[in-house]
Amino acid sequence: MAGLEDLYREIILDHYRSPRNRGELPAPPAHRVEGFNPLCGDEIVVFLDVVDRVVVDVKISGQGCSISQSSASMMSAAIKGHTVEQARALVRSFKSMMSIHEAHLGTEDGGTEQAAGAEILGPDSLGELAALQGVVKFPVRIKCATLSWNTLTQGLDEIESEAAAP
Amino acid sequence: MSASRTADALALDPRALRADFPLLSPERPGGRVVYLDSAASAQRPRAVLDAMDEYYTTTHANVHRGVYAIAEEATRRYEQARVTIGRFVGAPRPATEIVFTKNVTEAINLVAYTWARKELAKGDAIVLSEVEHHANIVPWLMLAEERGIELRYIPLGADYHLDLSDLDKLVEGARLVSVTSASNVLGTVVDLAPIVAAARRAGALVLADGAQLVPHRPVDVSLLGVDFFGFTGHKMLGPTGIGVLWAREELLEAMPPFLGGGEMIRDVRLDGFTPNELPWKFEAGTPPIAEAIGLEAAVHYLEGVGLDAVHEHEARLTAYAIDRLRSTYGDEITIFGPEPDPVRRAGVISFAFGGVHPHDVAQVLDTKGICVRAGHHCAKPLMRRLGVGATTRASLYLYNDEEDVDELVRGLGEVHKLFG
Repeated sequence: MAGLEDLYREIILDHYRSPRNRGELPAPPAHRVEGFNPLCGDEIVVFLDVVDRVVVDVKISGQGCSISQSSASMMSAAIKGHTVEQARALVRSFKSMMSIHEAHLGTEDGGTEQAAGAEILGPDSLGELAALQGVVKFPVRIKCATLSWNTLTQGLDEIESEAAAP
Repeated sequence: MSASRTADALALDPRALRADFPLLSPERPGGRVVYLDSAASAQRPRAVLDAMDEYYTTTHANVHRGVYAIAEEATRRYEQARVTIGRFVGAPRPATEIVFTKNVTEAINLVAYTWARKELAKGDAIVLSEVEHHANIVPWLMLAEERGIELRYIPLGADYHLDLSDLDKLVEGARLVSVTSASNVLGTVVDLAPIVAAARRAGALVLADGAQLVPHRPVDVSLLGVDFFGFTGHKMLGPTGIGVLWAREELLEAMPPFLGGGEMIRDVRLDGFTPNELPWKFEAGTPPIAEAIGLEAAVHYLEGVGLDAVHEHEARLTAYAIDRLRSTYGDEITIFGPEPDPVRRAGVISFAFGGVHPHDVAQVLDTKGICVRAGHHCAKPLMRRLGVGATTRASLYLYNDEEDVDELVRGLGEVHKLFG
């Protein structure tokens, strides 16, 4: 049986106690997107300020458990200042680490992982995020860890479809 | 009878009872569990498992169909189970008024889809309460959306009991009052008498959700005075997949059928059908036969222990648990529910602990073999009313004892160590 130390790594508790990029952004101009975990009632709000396909700023609000909150905190730190493509690639790598392999994580034009041209990074290349690897041993908690990432994907999709609209 | 003999008759030994429950055995593969989640689903005694196994091993055939001996016997035992279960809740005519469903959710949906869709029209009102389980909200929201029905809610008071001060106004002109008999989150036992009285004055019918009451204390539907009453097998030591709707015979007679199929018909032509008699009119398809027999065995088990003894034991243990939690953790713990009271409170204890998310609380407790529920308990409107996203919930039953409560208190100490 997996022990608590596999789940509650020190870095996770640190992000939980001192979440990065906590707060809100005025929307608009920022994009606001909500995610829910219907199992536990957790909700997360991600504010994304994307300019010229770069995530210039990101804020996280909402409530949740240590896993969902620390995952959101690490995610915000990891994508801030990076391009939308880099953020999407990170989503794929993170979900891969969570043992979630989706055929269509791709873009609006139906692109797949290959079409998006990004490789899946292993845990060793994910920096702090690798601390969440232990969550896989607690299947119920995978949804906690991926809540913010699914919400991010939804936000990026919405931003891109708005940009594509005439 | 002397007072001491009365006390003896009521005495219940949870440790001895635990020996009847294979999952609660200390020799269980994986170790002993401290099971504090009976409000979600109780465990089963060996007697229930044996009854179902014996039925499958010796008697199984489809009911109401075959003319051969074991089919006759299966039918007899299925219908006998119905009568036993009906008598257990005081049904005046158990053979016709007890309808087997999948669970309480289906029982409430049955009323919503048959009685309500026949009787209610745009502008009619249904009264619920703020503490309801989703099973007693969503079927009515669906109906409201479809038919333009108005939903009103009895508010929750500051003492975690329903605030009945404006009850007459709330039920005025309403057609149905549908409320829980005991909250699966707060442990509040709802005083149905004034609600039934107000509904009668207003000409409304009353549905009570008995899921959290029937397993824990004696219930008599005639004394409650309600019109519809639902409960579920798996919370009262029985199997999953079986629940019960009780309703007065004349109501059931007037209601159209629910699901269509075999069993629920008397005659089928290419251009129409005639529904079967009660209660089979509401039991389309092959019913949960072994589950009915298992639930009958659960009823016999509960009757053997005595529902008064179960009630008394849980009331005492609930008071002990709330006292231990408060005296150990003080302001660090907030209990969402009424103060201990043998009549007005059941053994469901929801709490917030030191700002730690319930998922994290339950995860740490799990490593100590302690099973509690963390989440919104299928009562999101109530969670919003309480101003929380989720709670941790420990619920007690006849097999729990002070030792289980002490384990919970110790386990929370581990939570405190990690997150405090």
